[in-house]
Amino acid sequence: MTATAGKVTMAKALNAALRDSLAADERVIVFGEDVGQLGGVFRITDGLLADFGDKRCFDTPLAEAGIVGFAVGLAMSGLRPVVEMQFDAFAYPAFEQITSHVAKLRNRTRGQLSVPIVIRVPYAGGIGGVEHHCDSSEAYYAHTPGLKVVMPATVADAYSLLREAIADPDPVVFMEPKKLYFASEEVTLPATMPGFGRAVVRRPGRDATLVTYGAAVPVALEAAEAARDEGWDLEVIDLRTIVPFDDETVTASVRRTGRCVVIQEAQGFAGVGAEIAARVQERCFHSLHAPVLRVAGLDIPYPAPKLEHIHLPGVDRILDAVARLQWDDQPDPTWVAA
Amino acid sequence: MTTTPQAIRRASPRTNRAAARPEPAAPLLPSPEPVRLLDEAGRRVSPECAVRDYPEPPTETLRELYRRMVIGRRFDVQATALTKQGRLAVYPSSRGQEACQVSGVMAVRPTDWVFPTYRESVALVSRGIDPVEVLTLLRGDWHCGYDPAAWRTAPQCTPLATQTVHAAGLAYGEAHQGRDTVALVFIGDGATSEGDFHEGVNFAAVFRAPVVFFVQNNRYAISVPLSRQTAAPTLAYKGVGYGIASEQVDGNDPVAVLAVLANAVEHARSGHGPFLVEAHTYRLEPHTNADDASRYRSMDEVETWLGRDPIARLETYLRGAGALDDAAVDAVAAEAEAYAADLRTRMNADPVVDPLSLFDHVYAQPTPQLLEQRAQVRAELAAAEEGEA
Ligand SMILES: Cc1ncc(C[n+]2csc(CCOP(=O)(O)OP(=O)(O)O)c2C)c(N)n1
Ligand SMILES: [Mg+2]
Repeated sequence: MTATAGKVTMAKALNAALRDSLAADERVIVFGEDVGQLGGVFRITDGLLADFGDKRCFDTPLAEAGIVGFAVGLAMSGLRPVVEMQFDAFAYPAFEQITSHVAKLRNRTRGQLSVPIVIRVPYAGGIGGVEHHCDSSEAYYAHTPGLKVVMPATVADAYSLLREAIADPDPVVFMEPKKLYFASEEVTLPATMPGFGRAVVRRPGRDATLVTYGAAVPVALEAAEAARDEGWDLEVIDLRTIVPFDDETVTASVRRTGRCVVIQEAQGFAGVGAEIAARVQERCFHSLHAPVLRVAGLDIPYPAPKLEHIHLPGVDRILDAVARLQWDDQPDPTWVAA
Repeated sequence: MTTTPQAIRRASPRTNRAAARPEPAAPLLPSPEPVRLLDEAGRRVSPECAVRDYPEPPTETLRELYRRMVIGRRFDVQATALTKQGRLAVYPSSRGQEACQVSGVMAVRPTDWVFPTYRESVALVSRGIDPVEVLTLLRGDWHCGYDPAAWRTAPQCTPLATQTVHAAGLAYGEAHQGRDTVALVFIGDGATSEGDFHEGVNFAAVFRAPVVFFVQNNRYAISVPLSRQTAAPTLAYKGVGYGIASEQVDGNDPVAVLAVLANAVEHARSGHGPFLVEAHTYRLEPHTNADDASRYRSMDEVETWLGRDPIARLETYLRGAGALDDAAVDAVAAEAEAYAADLRTRMNADPVVDPLSLFDHVYAQPTPQLLEQRAQVRAELAAAEEGEA
């Protein structure tokens, strides 16, 4: 690729990853709704049609089950499809194809068939979107054995994890935080980062561990910065992939700090954060000085734009949770029976 | 005014289609009546009386069709018997549908791809797949018992109609890589109501993918009759809305089914896009051995269809044409018996299934979490073994 250095947006990094994958492997093909001439509603596929032709990047009929099912057939013929779901909630029509075929085909056939498909899903809110445009749907996918679920939070990760997803032998649901698309960072592309299943400590700290991923990572980092004023030194772990899950990094950190808050933007009930909290208490029970807490979206349908700030886990809600981590060895009043 | 198929055809002039669309090589609308080359008594329908004529397959091919149908039926009856002996968890029979099952795989090449449903065991053995491997799914050892890549045959598909989009993608992908592969996808009448059927046909049509959609209309989806699936004149009419060629055929006329499918496969292979074929047939057995068909259909209806046996029809025709005699019929029957006896013996063996193989092939490489669970199951098994010792 033509190396890029300096300020780069996540959207540009994703575009570069697609471009470099198309150039590196002629089996890669990119398709979906409006990804051709328009370059995608978020412009992630901008210019790919012009540069690679309509056999490598093309628009399809508007049918998400069709798009994913078509990708299954293409993968069976030896290609490596990368499909775009236009928005999180519009991937739901494809759910049957994803859970019954994409996730299971390798297992059903004892490895004789595999479907190395990447399903890109722009997800999460914070962009003032009207209903059906802001869901955090990662738990549905993470709950499905056979899928890998990738949640980039930084520009460099967006590039390197997408390259890795396209090269991976297994199907990958690649969730792109919409509100970070146009945030830019100083990076040099192509960036090479640790692979799947490797969480990264974004900010080292001694007092408590914030475990998070995707859209919530910048919020957690901001909270950790603000916590300095309160005298807390917080560690922030960015999981990068929720499947495979990096127990090792999380466990090592919590055993050291003894306190843990799990942060996700998705509604909390039966979510990925619940799984993480359970894993932490199973592995770190004797190191914990306080229950593992979760900060998540409310258990409501994603709210209208004027109220989304109430729903989204923000710095204050995170700091409130940190404050409840029994610093003075007093039980958390929230859980003490009246 | 009633709209005849001819009128509809006239009313869709070329100028209304996108300029880039070439004129279809076949009419979009099916023939107004199911195509028939043999009447119910096994006599050749004269071309003048035929609703639409198709070239008759060579006699040698028809003798092979007969042979495979006889073996297929014997296999099917044997599989049903195996459910009674507890050797199969469940079996969806296709007795009565042999003309469709066998023609579906004889119409394509070994290098083409076939996308079967749970109903297609007879088609699969007819394709040459080991019957024990075909029945692995239903015996319960694993999900797919044969190698789909080697046989160019997708695993039997249970989520209704989902395989139609796979066929569209596979066919497009093969063409994309310069190969002239055709994908033939089996689907039932009920499954044509599922969204994926429509998405599959539409994708194949838009991308001109070489797919043959083969609907076996056996009149029921478990208990639900065709009248609850569609208000269309026939299922074959569904092709016209997607701009693809369609045909309907008497599904118990083996000569017609093979002739119509051969034409459809040729159409697809020569670059004219997908083709939809509906075969009118009947499921003689209940949906599966676990179903009670007396709750939703009469024995009279079944009797009527028993009289339309596709094997008897082809046998009568071939005997009349001097292409089959008692000796040949006996030889095929003996071959079918031997096939069933071999299957019985092999299905009597208890399969060995390795519990630790549960963790293989979830991913290309197991995740750390799966390795932990694998170790746990291994310990459980060791403890159980120790307890027994
Ligand atoms: C998506 C989905 N819904 C429901 C079922 C349960 N089911 C299995 S077979 C069947 C009937 C299908 O009828 P048809 O398509 O006519 O095929 P046939 O069984 O007659 O060959 C149903 C409802 C299923 N397998 N998949
Ligand atoms: Mg049916």
